[in-house]
Amino acid sequence: MSEQIQQIKVTIDDQTIMVDPGTTILSAARQIGGNVVPPAMCFYSSLKGSGGKCRTCLVEVAAGSEKDPRPMPKLVASCSTTVMDGMIVKNKSSERVLDARKGVVELLLINHPLDCPVCDQAGECSLQDLAFEHGASHSRYEFERREFDQIDIGEYIKLHMTRCILCYRCVYTANQLTDNREHGVLKRGDASEIGTFIENSLDNEFIGNVIDVCPVGALTDRTFRFRSRVWYTKPMDASCSCGKCSGNAVVWMIGNEIARVTARKDKYGEVKEFICNDCRFNKKELSDWKIEGPRHIDRHSVISANHYEKAAPIHTPLLNKA
Amino acid sequence: MSRKLLLNNVHVEGIHTYDVYRKTGGYAAVEKALKSMTPEEVVEEVKKSGLRGRGGAGFPTGMKWSFIAKPEGVPRHFLCNADESEPGTFKDRYLMEKIPHLLIEGMILSSFALGCEQSYIYIRGEYMYVLRILEKAIAEAYQNGWLGKNIKGSGFNLDLSVSPGAGAYICGEETALIESLEGKRGNPRMKPPFPAIQGLWQRPTVVNNVETICAVVPIVNEGGEAYAGVGIGRSTGTKLISAGGNINKPGVYEIEMGISVEEFIYGDQYCGGIKNGKKLKACVPGGSSVPILPHYLVCKTAEGTDRLMSYESLAEGGFATGSMLGSGGFIVYDEDQCIVRNTWNFSRFYHHESCGQCSPCREGTGWMEKVLHRLEYGHGKIEDIDLLWDIQRKIEGNTICPLGDAAAWPVAAAIRHFREEFEWHVKEPNACTTRNYGLVTEKVFEKVNA
Amino acid sequence: MENQNIENIQFPKELLDEVQRITSLFPEGKQKSALIRVLHIAQAHFGYLSAPVMDYVARLLLIQPIEVYEVATFYSMYDTQPVGKVKLEVCRTGPCMIEGAEKIVSYIEKKLGIKDGETTEDGIFTLKTVECLGACGYAPMLQAGEKFHEHLTEEKVDVLIEQYRLNPVANYMGQE
Repeated sequence: MSEQIQQIKVTIDDQTIMVDPGTTILSAARQIGGNVVPPAMCFYSSLKGSGGKCRTCLVEVAAGSEKDPRPMPKLVASCSTTVMDGMIVKNKSSERVLDARKGVVELLLINHPLDCPVCDQAGECSLQDLAFEHGASHSRYEFERREFDQIDIGEYIKLHMTRCILCYRCVYTANQLTDNREHGVLKRGDASEIGTFIENSLDNEFIGNVIDVCPVGALTDRTFRFRSRVWYTKPMDASCSCGKCSGNAVVWMIGNEIARVTARKDKYGEVKEFICNDCRFNKKELSDWKIEGPRHIDRHSVISANHYEKAAPIHTPLLNKA
Repeated sequence: MSRKLLLNNVHVEGIHTYDVYRKTGGYAAVEKALKSMTPEEVVEEVKKSGLRGRGGAGFPTGMKWSFIAKPEGVPRHFLCNADESEPGTFKDRYLMEKIPHLLIEGMILSSFALGCEQSYIYIRGEYMYVLRILEKAIAEAYQNGWLGKNIKGSGFNLDLSVSPGAGAYICGEETALIESLEGKRGNPRMKPPFPAIQGLWQRPTVVNNVETICAVVPIVNEGGEAYAGVGIGRSTGTKLISAGGNINKPGVYEIEMGISVEEFIYGDQYCGGIKNGKKLKACVPGGSSVPILPHYLVCKTAEGTDRLMSYESLAEGGFATGSMLGSGGFIVYDEDQCIVRNTWNFSRFYHHESCGQCSPCREGTGWMEKVLHRLEYGHGKIEDIDLLWDIQRKIEGNTICPLGDAAAWPVAAAIRHFREEFEWHVKEPNACTTRNYGLVTEKVFEKVNA
Repeated sequence: MENQNIENIQFPKELLDEVQRITSLFPEGKQKSALIRVLHIAQAHFGYLSAPVMDYVARLLLIQPIEVYEVATFYSMYDTQPVGKVKLEVCRTGPCMIEGAEKIVSYIEKKLGIKDGETTEDGIFTLKTVECLGACGYAPMLQAGEKFHEHLTEEKVDVLIEQYRLNPVANYMGQE
């Protein structure tokens, strides 16, 4: 007999699925898909050690397992809790979860500048989506918000710390994708900040990926800043032959110009193949890329709202190049 | 009548030195264990003793020890948590400063029981002078063959050293302590995996509080059963209580579990009553994190029975009318103290000490401090009280580590029992900055099943 | 100390030996565990933890400078900006507040003409309020260097400030 992994059963919001042992609740929910998937602001599948911090993915475990069906007393972070056989989880079907999540959103927003009208991330911001889906319509916070100066960390990346929600993703990215991490989390508590301490530029050749993993507008592409609102651009899958990375990317077009280059993200906003700085920041000519076709943006943001990809093909000569 | 198991010899001249400690029976427990006991037998005695963690959580020590993983070829570590920083608590410092060899003896016994050959005492950085006392004592222990290779011919090896923190309450949380001992920021880890499986340098690790480790010495000397015979019910043995606030005799007292709270506050051999003949207003019996009790729930439970100094009795009534023994940081407030001010003070502490890793604690602690500050200085609104209640509720239970709960509980308890004092701060914005409210009205509680 | 240059930052031999001793307390390859203690030593020796000092410590322990910056800015005992020779750290939490810590702070502020967090012009004293130092039964109290001064009164503050003014070395061990 071949060694077959004994799958285990988990039920999330009344939907049951069989998964491999060691699967987290979040991952199981993503396998089911749709409404049962909890939001995640800090967890990132490919970044080891990420998760657990933002607390937006909290869920209720109504029954621990078939063997021990007692409920877990506290809500648990679905991104870092593994499922047990027969576990019953409540996400949106739990009032406790919705209430706690609303609380987390309110707390995440008390020090957020809410400068969405001038933020480069607007339209593709996880915090915007989260607040829209789970937040209250007004804040009860009446004190001054925390502010930081915005700084350039190197010629390509802008750090707007005031917007940061301290998900640590960029730190894990630097740790795991580059040889020498040069930035990190400084200070502590609500004074914590992402920074380099001394004026230092991040120039490792994969460091640009911190922009893609950032769930908010804290780390943005200086070669793109304010060039356009993201929803006026047209994302196209594109590839190039690159010696450093896969060369598979998305180019965001304004007319026939490449406004910015990013990695390709899945429907949970996660990059599957990280790209190098060269592809991201320096290849801004159409001739640098082979255009494969419109990028399917599988999220509920404004980018996909106009469903442009279903409309008539874009009449530009670039498609013919492909 | 109260028995002493840890501080019997604390007043003996020179007890901090090896020679005097040894002459008064020190290291007899190590001798006994190495000569006539297996590590499993030591664990068994600790289980029988009913000893529970003295750092605050009260988890059974023997059970904690039995969780340690023992994979082939992987070193295990035993760590002492000497990061004492819970406001109101100063007993570990007293133990280490006065009888450093008692902790070293407990470390040897515990390391032997768990099969650890490299153990560390993690001490808060502010206790640097205590670290130096411990290092001196450790050097003496090495010189006299109680540490190092093949201790007293038993074949058991142990290296012990002290490592300081540098100012962070959070490092008292065991996974933050481990991170700090690895030379990192004190961010608590996600659990599981628990330290017993993956702790220091990802190796199986047990972390115990100073007082807990010291208690292993009398347990080995006299046997687990004898230890369990001291105290009351599941609160076995003795407990060190750090007494502070408005009392006549602040200090560290070793009590037998089960004496009455009334005796502890008013008895001459303990706190000696409220200072300046004032009335008792409130008491925080187990360190700043545990719920504050109003005067009428300190010495009596809501049921009208005597409240005792034990895990169970202090918790009787749940959070509705009870509190916790916690770390034994016993803070007494007289009628002139302001509960709003005290709550604001504690909130400022938790805000200052939040590591900032998870969002409810990072953002919520600061918000609570700001609202409490506004109330204390007469700028509050009546809705602020419910707002505070709601913020603490959003933090409690939703964070990575217990600091979130520790920040939420004092606020919740203050509102639960002293709401009228909070309201008075809103209604009398001028008066509240010049005088204090006094005692709160006694409430009648319906029978609460804890 | 203002312009510390990486070139002239170097521990004397005895401190290098001490770093060696501390590092040897941990298993091979786990020398980062020595970081917190080495930073205490660096701060005591160089006055505060400037970026060049932290870079030096990073090189000694074979770790990245950012790993040192992250730690140095996390723990409240470290100063990454210059401070006075003697830091007067007054506990302000719970029992100390009840016993009059605020009055002690105002008294020191008035006496030295500085506010919480400031340093006297002569560079001798820095006043800092801190959270619980584990001396609640002996309140109010302050820590200067490694030393705990407990059961403070205005008179006691006068005496200890005079002592430190004459001999501004707070790094000796022991209690009162």
